[in-house]
Amino acid sequence: MRATCRPRVRETPEPMIELTEVTKRFRGTRAPAVDHLTLTITDGEVVVLVGPSGCGKTTTLKMINRLIEPTSGTISIDGVDVTGLEPHELRRGIGYVIQQIGLFPHRTVRENIATVPRLLGWEQARVERRVRELAEITDLGADMLDRYPSELSGGQRQRVGVARALAADPPILLMDEPFGAVDPIVRAKLQDELLELQRRLHKTIVLVTHDIDEAIRLGDRVAILSVGGHLEQYAPPEELLRAPANDFVADFLGSDRGIKRLSLIRIADIDLEPGPVVPPGTDVERARAVMAEYDTDWVAVVEGDRMLGWVTDDRLDGRSTIDGVDLEPFLTRLTPDDTLEEALDAAISSHTAIAAVFDDERFLGMITVERISREIVR
Amino acid sequence: MIDFLGDVVAWFLDPAHWLGSGGILGRTWEHVQISAFSTVAAALVALPPAIWMGHRRRGGIVAVAVVNIGRAIPSFAIIALALPISIRLGLGLGFWPTFLALFALALPPMFTNTYTGIAEVDPALVEAARGMGMTESQITTRVEIPVAAPVIVTAIRVSAVQVVATATLAALVAWGGLGRFIIDGFAIQDNVMVFAGGLLVAGLAIATELGFAAFERRFVPSTASRSTSEDLLADVTVAPQHG
Amino acid sequence: MIAQVADQPFVRWDWIVDHVDDIWAATWEHIVLTAIAVGVGFVISLALSMLALRHRRTYGPITWVTGILYTIPSLALFAFLVPITGLTTLTAEIGLVSYTLLILIRNIVAGIDGVPASVRESAVGMGYTRRRLFLEIELPLALPVIVAGIRIAAVTTIGLVTITALIGKGGLGFLILRGLNLFYSPVGTTQIVVGTVMSVLLAVAVDLSLVGAERAMTPWARSRHR
Repeated sequence: MRATCRPRVRETPEPMIELTEVTKRFRGTRAPAVDHLTLTITDGEVVVLVGPSGCGKTTTLKMINRLIEPTSGTISIDGVDVTGLEPHELRRGIGYVIQQIGLFPHRTVRENIATVPRLLGWEQARVERRVRELAEITDLGADMLDRYPSELSGGQRQRVGVARALAADPPILLMDEPFGAVDPIVRAKLQDELLELQRRLHKTIVLVTHDIDEAIRLGDRVAILSVGGHLEQYAPPEELLRAPANDFVADFLGSDRGIKRLSLIRIADIDLEPGPVVPPGTDVERARAVMAEYDTDWVAVVEGDRMLGWVTDDRLDGRSTIDGVDLEPFLTRLTPDDTLEEALDAAISSHTAIAAVFDDERFLGMITVERISREIVR
Repeated sequence: MIDFLGDVVAWFLDPAHWLGSGGILGRTWEHVQISAFSTVAAALVALPPAIWMGHRRRGGIVAVAVVNIGRAIPSFAIIALALPISIRLGLGLGFWPTFLALFALALPPMFTNTYTGIAEVDPALVEAARGMGMTESQITTRVEIPVAAPVIVTAIRVSAVQVVATATLAALVAWGGLGRFIIDGFAIQDNVMVFAGGLLVAGLAIATELGFAAFERRFVPSTASRSTSEDLLADVTVAPQHG
Repeated sequence: MIAQVADQPFVRWDWIVDHVDDIWAATWEHIVLTAIAVGVGFVISLALSMLALRHRRTYGPITWVTGILYTIPSLALFAFLVPITGLTTLTAEIGLVSYTLLILIRNIVAGIDGVPASVRESAVGMGYTRRRLFLEIELPLALPVIVAGIRIAAVTTIGLVTITALIGKGGLGFLILRGLNLFYSPVGTTQIVVGTVMSVLLAVAVDLSLVGAERAMTPWARSRHR
């Protein structure tokens, strides 16, 4: 899993969506589904609403485009109260993606994507251009445009759903568990694509998920809700993991909070150590001295910036130099783009207890388990 | 209008209309008799092969074709054809052509609906039963028939109501039944008799429907009511013909 | 008389050749009666279905009433109507239309209900108005089930039109009735057979054309899943 560069929030963040004391009571139930929720989403950021079932995250999302009407409180977009517009007009200006996608089975991919532009009355040529543009942005092949949804795979349908939501270039995108219906491998890929899309388009995205890992991965800010729509904490993922506001948040984040934080830090962001490294031709005495210096029972052999392998102390018995010994390769080669979580996994899986970092064939350095844990404690 | 309805009521109140071989009671008995015979005969002939084929899940195409052909032939035509055929078979007028026609009418939907009911028993149940060591016939009698029972009884009900409805035409082939009042009434242009006959026939048909429904409610465990769109697409093949 | 009948041919082909015009006229009348009944029935059913879909509570009573109409044997229904509306085409059509209602309403409602909830939700979420949603999304997707209903209604009506012969209309039923009255002669049996065969052919033709029309209107259903 790669931690792709997340777009920075704008220098002067403008509020795009403001929820003020929003409450929703459904008929027949005593407790409100959403209880006086106040939340501000700024322009160009990805906000993830996450929480257990019944926490009102989907209800809140649907109140933004008025699929559900609040019982009390106000929601405004770009300063304008959403109740000021006709619901269908409001919705034509907001992109909406749901878990089962809901592609129109009787329309081709092209026609599906063209839905909102057609509803808005765009002229044919403009619609055609836009469809082709979106197919390119969402990585859908041109040959797919004239197929019907029943002919597509789950991942492809998801992409069409996103393209369809972006067709009229709405500033806001609402997504309700958009990747829930696909398998984990496809899901990771779609998450990457969404991040890439956001890097290009800078939309304001509100995404609902029950998966805390997805929230951490995708959100610029994450709002953790508890049952009844109570906002427990609303902060960037890094802050949530480092300083959960209360026990509920801590429990929800999971007992592996520390390791989750590691997934947010790239190897490129920290300093690497050279590690116990000797050039070829070193005699065993010198090698052992390096081992003692680094308090290890092994050394790595490096020629220039090419890693040749490593060898344990016991294999050097009865030898004068390290040459001629069979060297073990480093099975996992990390790159600067990988996360500390992956580095940790490599380190604890190896006898060497380190992760080796490369840039293609060039050996860059090592990371020890201690170095990694110091990152969390900081 | 009111006068007319008054005449109808008066017609019913006249005891002469009730008794005797041409009276309401007699005609009702004839009607019920022939309907019952035909339905039971059709059930005896249609059910075993339908269950057998349904269990094997073979011949679904035949089942569909059978009911489609059956529905395409008007019930009136079947009764009309039955007459010369019956004569050529040496069976004469009256009872036999009526019986043959109603029998032929009741067969297709009873066959197809029963077939479908058995064939659509959850394959997991059948497999479990087979896995427990039941023989094929045990599977049919202990699993498939009980599970498909509501559908089968419904099939019989649908056929029965259809037979009762079509038996009104029996008067055309020299049989009796409640249709006599309507057809004789048309012949002598007695609108009161026609209307009264209509009431009697409609009454019997509805009574048959309700009677079966009550029986089903009491004695047959019901499955959820079927009217999802997939079922209705399937119904293209199994809906009853009307008479 | 019975012995006589057994010796004679069942079908007199020369009669058929001589009466092609009559047969055609009867067939045409049959087609017209069916078309009017199914057409009017569909319009009424569509209206009632939209009512039932908008106000769910009306669905029960609507199916109850149309169900009773369906259960009443056709001849009985005509028996009720004749004293009121006479031996006219109107009487025949009222009866015929009544029998189409239950099937068509049931299928239209189920067809619309069968549209996946996610499709409806995404459409509304994108800004479809109620009206356009019904016309552009729900109705086209409900088409297969609706056409299935029209097929049954049409074939059933073709059968019922024959019975209207008893009230003076009849189309091909007229031939059958006349044949019945002459049942002891080949001319009679010929007419019964011709009436029957033409009805069946008509029913099959209508059924197949509707299937063809449905296929043509639903190109998306032909694509296979990957």
